[in-house]
Amino acid sequence: MARLELETLTKRYGDFHATRDVTLDVEEGEFLVMLGPSGCGKTTTLRMIAGFVEPSSGSVRLGGRDITRLPPWRRNTGLVFQSYALFPHMTVNQNVAFALEMRRMPAAEIGTRVAEALRLVRLGHLGDRLPRQLSGGQQQRVALARALVFHPDILLLDEPLSNLDAKLREEVRVEIRNLQRELGITTVMVTHDQEEALTIADRLVVMNEGRVRQIGTQRDLYERPADRFVAGFVGRGSFLEGTSDGQGRFRTAGGLEIACAPVEAGPAVLGLRPERVGIASEGAENGFEAVVEFVSYLGGLVDLHCRLTDSDRVIAQMVNTGGGDLPKVGDRIRIGWPAAAAFVFSGEKAT
Amino acid sequence: MLARALDSRRLRRFALKAAAGVALLYILLPLGFVTWLSFYAQEIPSYPPKGYTLDWYVAIMGNERFLSGLLLSAQLGLIATAIGLAVAVPAALAIAHFRFRGRETVNNLLLLPLMVPGVVLGTAIYVFHVETEINTGLPILGSLGGLIWGHVLVTIPWIVRLVTASLAGFDRTLEEAAQSLGATPWTTFRRVTLPSILPGVVAGALFGFVSSFGNLEMTLFLVGPGRTTLPIAILQYLQWKVDPTIAAISVVQIVLVAVAMLVTDRFVKLSRAV
Repeated sequence: MARLELETLTKRYGDFHATRDVTLDVEEGEFLVMLGPSGCGKTTTLRMIAGFVEPSSGSVRLGGRDITRLPPWRRNTGLVFQSYALFPHMTVNQNVAFALEMRRMPAAEIGTRVAEALRLVRLGHLGDRLPRQLSGGQQQRVALARALVFHPDILLLDEPLSNLDAKLREEVRVEIRNLQRELGITTVMVTHDQEEALTIADRLVVMNEGRVRQIGTQRDLYERPADRFVAGFVGRGSFLEGTSDGQGRFRTAGGLEIACAPVEAGPAVLGLRPERVGIASEGAENGFEAVVEFVSYLGGLVDLHCRLTDSDRVIAQMVNTGGGDLPKVGDRIRIGWPAAAAFVFSGEKAT
Repeated sequence: MLARALDSRRLRRFALKAAAGVALLYILLPLGFVTWLSFYAQEIPSYPPKGYTLDWYVAIMGNERFLSGLLLSAQLGLIATAIGLAVAVPAALAIAHFRFRGRETVNNLLLLPLMVPGVVLGTAIYVFHVETEINTGLPILGSLGGLIWGHVLVTIPWIVRLVTASLAGFDRTLEEAAQSLGATPWTTFRRVTLPSILPGVVAGALFGFVSSFGNLEMTLFLVGPGRTTLPIAILQYLQWKVDPTIAAISVVQIVLVAVAMLVTDRFVKLSRAV
């Protein structure tokens, strides 16, 4: 159990920067998720923490100890892979015992610790099986037991749920989270699945093109995204391109005048979450005439894809109360949102 | 329609089986004949046999040249295979794991001894030995060391080929998993990589041994006076006599190789590697 500190961690391959100045702290016992599209540098960062990739510059500190130049086998990190990576020629017991053997623990103690670790993941009865005799979910739980049995300073999870089907994914996710809380172990998980990230993390790091774009809680990322990329990557949204006048007015490319939070004057992008945009009454602030282009029925909610002008489109959302008619494609409706509901990012493009 | 499709499928399967059967027969028939011949009673092989005897096998037991040849060939094969393993397994690991310049070239060079005709290989090594001995004064020509070295060359391609093939199906994250659990690279190799590629290593060693054991052409150039391997002993015997002794010693060879394969297969499934 330890605190992890990454400082200006950079990895270059020739001219290509896999990561650039990644700086972040993970508190003791915290569950941090690194989220981003493929190639964003999240896996490289994880591999630098585990010791499989040597950083070009920067440092990794674990529990106050500088481990930047330490080989993987001397780092005491528990690692769980997407492919499970169980040793196929060893039984479940032997797989879990491996790390303890490497630490030259007496056989009797190994037996106790292995049994305890397998009980923790509810697989105590399958110790004599070979990995190929287990289901995917069971294999991943063995991998988890194997990564925890030697009490690592930190648990690293590399897309641990990606190979499981949807139902199992949910199950193992809950299991990982409960186990992590119970043991209070510092954990870093890498994923590209935002739902997974949002439901499991204490705190998230969004990365893109090798850089950390934002670090924060789920609400920080969703309600106060730091930039256009984070706003688009976490949750859904509509984006309008235009210019800000610097005094709380935003003028879209299609000529709409929108009231918003004041940002620096110049080109900017305005972002809106669907649930903040609704059917508006006459005379309300930021109310606009729109044509329904597409209706997406989600059950309790209905998404209305609306065209405000030829170049400005916004998704509005309405609660389906079951009564009355729903807007249809081609209907003219009035939609609107409070000025404070929109994010405005100056100097960025919509796509 | 369905019946016809089924019929054509059955027909195709039958054709495949027939082709496999013919190929198998083509391989096994000579072996069968040699075995049969080795029990013929008459000295000059002719059909039909006049009777059957075990005399030719008894004759081998009394033939000093065959016995010492068998011993030398076996020793040579074992030593060459051991050295071949020490060279070829790390080479295969490097080829499979690292991307370096000239990787393909190295890979092809290591397979070369298999493609170059034995006579050419033998001549090349022989000339090299002569030149080296003239220039350095080291007694290489016809030495046991030189002979072993030549046979190592014969074993390397087999081991490289089969180990590389088994590494292709090996998941390298297993190695990373082992290291994250505290295993040094050497321990990782011993406990994780080697068990996974063992069928390839064993099959490579077996084939390497067999091709060293049966090598005639290259060996002819490298043996020194008084050193006779089994294939050379057989050749020399053939120059004087054509009696079923040759068949008998061939059967002994076939049985030795077959037993080696069967025993190995019990521990490591060769079919997984080849």
